[in-house]
Amino acid sequence: MNGVHDMGGMHGMGPIQHEKNEPVFHERWEARAYGLSLAMGCFGKWTLDALRHQIELIPPADYLSMSYYEKWIAALVELMVKTNLVTRAEVETGKAALGSPKMSPALTPDGVGPMVGRGAPANRDVPATPRFQRGQRVRARNLNPAGHTRLPRYVRGKSGAIQRDYGVFVFPDTNAHERGENPQHVYSVRFTARELWGEQAPAKDSVYVDMWESYLEPA
Amino acid sequence: MTSHPSHAHEHAHQLVPSDPALRVKALESLLVEKGLVDRAALDALIDTYEHKIGPRNGARVVARAWTDPAYKQRLLTNADNAIAELGYGGMQGEHMVVVENTPKVHNLIVCTLCSCYPWAVLGLPPVWYKSAPYRSRSVLDPRGVLREFGLELADDVEVRVWDSTADVRYLVLPERPAGTDRLSEGELAALVTRDSMIGVAKVPAPVQERHR
Repeated sequence: MNGVHDMGGMHGMGPIQHEKNEPVFHERWEARAYGLSLAMGCFGKWTLDALRHQIELIPPADYLSMSYYEKWIAALVELMVKTNLVTRAEVETGKAALGSPKMSPALTPDGVGPMVGRGAPANRDVPATPRFQRGQRVRARNLNPAGHTRLPRYVRGKSGAIQRDYGVFVFPDTNAHERGENPQHVYSVRFTARELWGEQAPAKDSVYVDMWESYLEPA
Repeated sequence: MTSHPSHAHEHAHQLVPSDPALRVKALESLLVEKGLVDRAALDALIDTYEHKIGPRNGARVVARAWTDPAYKQRLLTNADNAIAELGYGGMQGEHMVVVENTPKVHNLIVCTLCSCYPWAVLGLPPVWYKSAPYRSRSVLDPRGVLREFGLELADDVEVRVWDSTADVRYLVLPERPAGTDRLSEGELAALVTRDSMIGVAKVPAPVQERHR
């Protein structure tokens, strides 16, 4: 979706506020929000792609004014309601509905180490012939899907060169919407700064963008 | 390094005072009551990212690469395996690529679409990395962004910005500072900053060395 989250190339967002000796979490609720999001994700009711998309669905003005973990919690609540892990009434009252069954946590203390250590690899060991080769000129397609995509607006229609083939990965545009993993090659594509931003950009500079094969066409 | 406008940061937090704190507390209570969440699991997870997984991991990788040319070669060609040699990897570091800074090439990592970051070697990202100013301008004006961090690059240095749009997570291998020939791997690791591994800073030369 052409949301405000897709902000590469925008002006007017203000200065970068670097904080010295920044703590991992500024307040305890941020740590708890982080923990809750990961723990609830362990039920496998939604993918990381779906979670990212849920955050993108936060209205633009709210997206820009909410803090990072406020957005996580807002998205978590929506996903839990959608997948019937909780009801909206339960979230609003803070109390479990009368007679609702007692569940078992998906993430136990013993499960934390293995979850962190394994992660969730997104590559897939399926045969897929790459459509593009290293060094080949390609163009980012001008796609504007209303749903989730990882094709940033600032590269659409721009030409670059295949730098590297990273292998076969789950395709977020379908996976976020439960339309299958549709695994395909992901390439590192080099765009010159001049191609993206015009002649005034420094001649040597470039931006490398990781792109699923569906985002690309021969240039 | 630019001085941090701490008042602005505090102000941002005051705009959303205790409300999210209360909401998250209520949500946690609900999820525990329903049996969906084990508080001890949250504690263990939070402890992991507050005390075990952070930029010291990445600093060890960098120091090893500076002192062991064969390791550096493995790191640049197969980062996953090389990082696993030091015992790191896993969540948000499943597919790692390391890019090397040299006197003529400067690499910078960003995620314009959200907040993708190599947790396995750097821990959780700082607020500025996830913020709109950094995400919006890093691809458009990386040299301007670096100037905000106090780093002025010469015109003949090539800037490469890596936008983490897919599942690959990037780590910058910064340049080893001059005057560090006699330092041990452990002493070198202590010099390596998080910011240098994102690419918004260089690794500062050790203070004692300057005085010799």
